[in-house]
Amino acid sequence: MSKGKVIVCRCEDVTLKDVRHSIALGYADIEEVKRYTGFGTGPCQGKECHGLIAAIIAEESGRDPAGIEPFTSRSPISPTPLRILAGAGFDDGDEDEAYDGEEGP
Amino acid sequence: MGLSGPRPPGAAGIGASGPPPPRAEVVVIGAGVMGLAIAYNLAARGLTDVVVFERGYLAEGASGRNGGGVRQQWSTELNVRLMQQSVELCRGFAVEIGVNVWFRQGGYLFLARSAAEVARLERNAAMQARLGLPIRMLEPAGAQQIVPELDVTGVLAASFNPSDGILFPWPFLWGYAQRAAALGVDIYTFTPVRAIEREADGTYSVVSSAGTVRARRVIAAAGAWSPELGRMVGVDVPTHPIRHEICSSEPLKPFLGPMVSELASGLYFSQSMRGEIVGGVSLPPQITYSTGSTLRFLATYARRLCRLVPRLGDVKVLRQWAGSYDMSPDGNPILGCPPEAPGFYLCCGFVGHGFMMAPAVGVHYAEWLTGGPRHEMFDRFAIDRVRGPDGGLPAGEREDFNIG
Repeated sequence: MSKGKVIVCRCEDVTLKDVRHSIALGYADIEEVKRYTGFGTGPCQGKECHGLIAAIIAEESGRDPAGIEPFTSRSPISPTPLRILAGAGFDDGDEDEAYDGEEGP
Repeated sequence: MGLSGPRPPGAAGIGASGPPPPRAEVVVIGAGVMGLAIAYNLAARGLTDVVVFERGYLAEGASGRNGGGVRQQWSTELNVRLMQQSVELCRGFAVEIGVNVWFRQGGYLFLARSAAEVARLERNAAMQARLGLPIRMLEPAGAQQIVPELDVTGVLAASFNPSDGILFPWPFLWGYAQRAAALGVDIYTFTPVRAIEREADGTYSVVSSAGTVRARRVIAAAGAWSPELGRMVGVDVPTHPIRHEICSSEPLKPFLGPMVSELASGLYFSQSMRGEIVGGVSLPPQITYSTGSTLRFLATYARRLCRLVPRLGDVKVLRQWAGSYDMSPDGNPILGCPPEAPGFYLCCGFVGHGFMMAPAVGVHYAEWLTGGPRHEMFDRFAIDRVRGPDGGLPAGEREDFNIG
């Protein structure tokens, strides 16, 4: 295991070294590791990598694995096409007048 | 959050192994982009006796939850000029700070579907051009030249400013924090402030979960949580949290240059450097600190986006999340010291646009607090304006381009 890359999140190509680097910098909470490495933000949304990386965090930081909570899960449960969502049945009426809001990027 | 109590520092220098120093010149509350930009710029000007308290992790609040838009298309001159400065700072960020924030100037394309909206864009564009932006008004066909995938049915006109852009918010925070820490600023994560006490000599004792720091100046940069800090010193901070939802798609090959936004619906979307389509849409405002996600949001966003870019219909949404806009009574931020609390500096009320303004605000705050010039925004955006009968700036001076 000492040679080559050990991929721990296949969607985002995150390696064991990336996770260790994040923890060494001090971004060691599972939410911070997620943000620093991007693990768990790809198509599987952590379904493959979440437990493995939690175990690495526990091992590297000497913490009780039972004390490491999962990161916040994000909807939708599986990747969903926009056209399906567009038909989800929330009709706000006039498309152009729905809400002239105080929000935006 | 997974840890309780202050965090031992890692190699990035964020966190602390013991209690904070008993005294500091400045305490910053909130390690979002505002607090960190101010802390870094103070330290870069030699004022390194600074302690930052953050109750969670870096990027936990709105600074880690926004779409990364950086635009100069605003309706008030002051905001245009501030954002021109921010864009310059974003361009130099990687060199100055040593972190790649994936800043990309693909422009912002605003679409108007009514005569009133066209008039707004034209009025703004005239002022923006006078201030030096390469802004131009476009016919629908011109918008389609920039984004060929657009269905411009019903679109009357567009404004396009090619020097607007997007960035990746998280490394912005890490960069400011790491540079500030390297210059001697103490940054305590997972360390909530429990009380702020005004002492007889005019200083403040800031009581945190890690210990108490006495400081001559306190900067409240806690975004939508700023009213809580105000109450600790008897200041009524009249902002409130609005949930703003956002989502991200599977990654696609790069095809979309600008951030695209529709005025009426507040629809906006851009393509991140990871290839995802990131965007949101306006919904009736909900006053809440909740960062829960709704199907209503996804459905509204998807319907508007599919109408405007039908070819995106088969693209899959991967994830949605939410953050708190810090809403002010007149749509403009609240800065400076309330008269009843000298030494207690507010930096809040940015209505969902604080991230893009923080690079410039951080510079101006640090200049002011280190004896340099006091920028006009500290007068314009003082808290007293929202305490008067008008509840804010006169109508003609209010920023009204907080939408899309």
